[in-house]
Amino acid sequence: MYSTDYSSRKNIIIGVFLLVAIIFIIRLFYLQVINSSYKLSADNIVLRKVREYPPRGLIYDRYGNLMVFNEAAYDLMVIPRQMKDVDTSLICDITGIDKLTFEKKLTKAKRYSYYKPSTFMKQISKKDIGKIQEKLYQIPGLFIQTRTLRQYPYPIAGHLLGSIGEVNKREIEKDNFYKPGDYIGKSGIENYYEEYLRGKSGLKIVEVDVHNRLKGKYSNGKFDTIAVAGKDLFLGIDADLQLYGEQLMQNKKGSIVAIEPKTGELLALISSPGYNPNLLVGRERSENYSKLLKDTLIPLMNRATMGTYPPGSTFKMVNALVGLQDKTLNKFTEYGCKGQLSAPIKCTHDHKTPLNLSEAIEQSCNPYFWNTYKRILENPSYSSSHEGYEHWYENVTSFGFGEKFKTDIPFEVKGNMPDNKYFDKLYRGSWNALTVRSLSIGQGEILVTPIQLANLSAIIANRGYYYPPHLLTKMEGHDEVLNPYFTEKQITSIDPDNFDIVRTAMLDVFEAEYGTARWYKLDSIKQCGKTGTVQNPHGDDHSIFIAFAPMDNPQIAISVIVENSGFGSKWAAPIASLLIEKYLSGEPQRKALEKRMMDGNLLQGDNNNNQH
Amino acid sequence: MIYSILVFVGWLSIFTASAGEDVSTLLDLNTRYGKQLLWIGFAILLAGLILIIDAEFFSTFSYVFYLGLLLLLVGVLIFGSTVAGSKSWFRIGGFAIQPAEFAKFATALAMAKYLSALNVNMRALKTKVISMGILILPALLILLQNDTGSALVYFSFGIVLFREGFSGLLFIAVLMMATLFITTILFSETLVISVLAGIVFIILIFFKKYRKNWKPIFGIMVLSIAFVFSANYAFENVLPAHQKNRINVLLGIEQDLRGAGYNVNQSKIAIGSGGLTGKGFRNGVLTRYNFVPEQSTDFIFCTIGEEWGFLGVSVLILLFMTLLIRIILLAERQRSKFSRIYGYGVASILFFHFTINIGMTIGLAPVVGIPLPFLSYGGSSLWAFTLLLFIFLKQDANRLNVL
Repeated sequence: MYSTDYSSRKNIIIGVFLLVAIIFIIRLFYLQVINSSYKLSADNIVLRKVREYPPRGLIYDRYGNLMVFNEAAYDLMVIPRQMKDVDTSLICDITGIDKLTFEKKLTKAKRYSYYKPSTFMKQISKKDIGKIQEKLYQIPGLFIQTRTLRQYPYPIAGHLLGSIGEVNKREIEKDNFYKPGDYIGKSGIENYYEEYLRGKSGLKIVEVDVHNRLKGKYSNGKFDTIAVAGKDLFLGIDADLQLYGEQLMQNKKGSIVAIEPKTGELLALISSPGYNPNLLVGRERSENYSKLLKDTLIPLMNRATMGTYPPGSTFKMVNALVGLQDKTLNKFTEYGCKGQLSAPIKCTHDHKTPLNLSEAIEQSCNPYFWNTYKRILENPSYSSSHEGYEHWYENVTSFGFGEKFKTDIPFEVKGNMPDNKYFDKLYRGSWNALTVRSLSIGQGEILVTPIQLANLSAIIANRGYYYPPHLLTKMEGHDEVLNPYFTEKQITSIDPDNFDIVRTAMLDVFEAEYGTARWYKLDSIKQCGKTGTVQNPHGDDHSIFIAFAPMDNPQIAISVIVENSGFGSKWAAPIASLLIEKYLSGEPQRKALEKRMMDGNLLQGDNNNNQH
Repeated sequence: MIYSILVFVGWLSIFTASAGEDVSTLLDLNTRYGKQLLWIGFAILLAGLILIIDAEFFSTFSYVFYLGLLLLLVGVLIFGSTVAGSKSWFRIGGFAIQPAEFAKFATALAMAKYLSALNVNMRALKTKVISMGILILPALLILLQNDTGSALVYFSFGIVLFREGFSGLLFIAVLMMATLFITTILFSETLVISVLAGIVFIILIFFKKYRKNWKPIFGIMVLSIAFVFSANYAFENVLPAHQKNRINVLLGIEQDLRGAGYNVNQSKIAIGSGGLTGKGFRNGVLTRYNFVPEQSTDFIFCTIGEEWGFLGVSVLILLFMTLLIRIILLAERQRSKFSRIYGYGVASILFFHFTINIGMTIGLAPVVGIPLPFLSYGGSSLWAFTLLLFIFLKQDANRLNVL
């Protein structure tokens, strides 16, 4: 047997084992006993991980005016494990809480963790923090962490900017980026662009002694990670225009949407009554929030994107355009009008008869558009009016009605553009043009949002196309467009040439002798518009106006809705005109009109209508 | 006995490394310490089972175990799930099993079985090739799973082969290759080659008695030069980037505290902060705050180092040494060749894990993810080491029955 020859080799093997063990022990002796650079006295020094909160990205308007910035605030943090034999009354004294609250807060912190810091008191002002800082050395386990709060130089655009708030449990579970106490965009732009705005938090490891005094950075900051600031956003919003619009809308319910037709950028997105975004910041957030929530005027609702209204007469242009495209209508087509006696739809306007297309738009004749609509649906090239309706529906939806734009607009709703199936169900299959006649003048089942209406105005301004209305124009550090969909041209089913007659007629709404907005004509700017009055079963009619200007090179397309205010020409039209003037010339000259609009209070005596 | 101490210390360390503040129950299966307690329970059952089974069972079915594990290793490549970049886990319900861990004891059995056969001649080339094959097959399969650490463990069988009569020259050659490899990475190829040439030159000039052997010396030199080039090539082009980094950091070429060197540096700090006597049970601030990555698995030694200090780790090392030497002495007293070889296999595997694992936490070995026997968190590794050890203990208990 060879193997017996080798049994002495066991000594070599054992020798190797022991050698390794000795090397390890020497090495460990060096690491643990001799070398002090690796040694920390566990009795005296505590390492504390301090999260460095990155400044959240700022938000600017289209001209670089700051709309949202950050301000420092202070949180008092606690590590329950280090809180031994502390002077409770001292803590209560400097923080201004009573003993019971103190116990409650401490228990809550303990429940979260003994070892990890948790928030003891949130968002302490600069003044109060000074007092706390002075005494802090006496209280081990407490320390101050700096945070930032959102501030708004303009008290405007609360709806679209949205607000930030503390993360809830569900949000923490969904994304492990967040820790309890972190802030997250809850609504609006803050929510939509959260992942860009939030930045990346850093981690600083500091040494703290038993007296809660900072001993400095651990290992010279070798293990710290640096917080990366959030990205700044640039919106298409014109803050001055937004402010002006909000002022015009004060004490009124309704909305304004202004779009730059060439890009789809939203210039203003106003919902009234609104709220000052500064209210939803910091410690008062939850209190103010529930106050706003209880308000019967529902200020938290963004009427510009969530409000749905029948478009009323502003929809007449759509029917005219579909008719022109179908060749069931041309600019010489004339229909008669018997005013109040007209059937099946009476006319509420007083005008000559018969009239042509241009005059019908200018004076908003109802029977004219009923006839136009009937001709579209009963077009002999279709086998039935159902098929005619389907064709009409296809044309109309190419304007973006009945669908969300799905851009960065917060809380958008679809509205309602009924299709064949809808009416089949409603009328059990038996319906015709007469049954759905209300659609000819934008009443009935059609519901549109103010943003869809402004987009309609932009489509007419552009002669047949639009870009999806959106808020963001640029983001810091991104040269290319963030979302290519924002710059995707959406072409409607109507040929550009067919828009000419409609545009001229809309010019006449301001400029012709009988135009429904003739009082708001401007010599310097060629405005095009259309009034609308929406029947409201709950109270006074809503006043609607859509407009764009200047006619030859449209810079702004706008929709204004003033609820319960009667005719479109009374409130919505002048407000739209003032905004156009403001945007295009900087400062409206019509001060008397401006004052009348701003002072107009449509909420008084209207309260019984607000209850629904 | 030593086994149970080690397992207990391991569990305590996992407990402190992974437990939160409020420990309501030790049997909470959502936590690592709770799970490990369950693994330990099973491991004890397993140990008991082995001691009941007839000792002949393992030697008889050695090859069956071996082939079965090889099949599993192939299977895991196809059906396994990937954890931390290694495709080496079978997922069954909420638990994952790592066949590579079990392949070790099967290989030890197969090796023992093969070398103990009566007709085996240790000097025959055939024997050497086959025994190397027994090692390389599972090692290659594990390497394919991208689990380099576990594959390297098979090098440890070199100790067994050495004991059984493989030429010591082979080990010297391997040692030389390792030296050449490291120096090549540290310095340039040309420098290493010129030094080599210089040494050969000096030998030939000054030691006259070697002159007549110039042919083999030249041969070795040529082989070495070829090796230097291929080693450099392999390092630069074949090795995955993360392993290259780890080697670079170990050799001190790169100071990469945030990347590859991060684990090691954090680990050294944690161990160093333990001082002479440690901070005491559950007082390890660094390990508690997840300061060291993987602290309940591969870096469990840090927790021990921080909480029990130099004295604690010394005791731990002594425990391991006692266990290893005891296994070797037990192996030597075996009558059956099978038991002896298997015993050496057990000792080798344990020794390799011990060396590399502790070595990496104190910055003396590259960071390869292999667990510390009996201590690290993980059911597969605990069971595999239990199997490994207790099969040997059974063989030992049975030694008097062997003629």
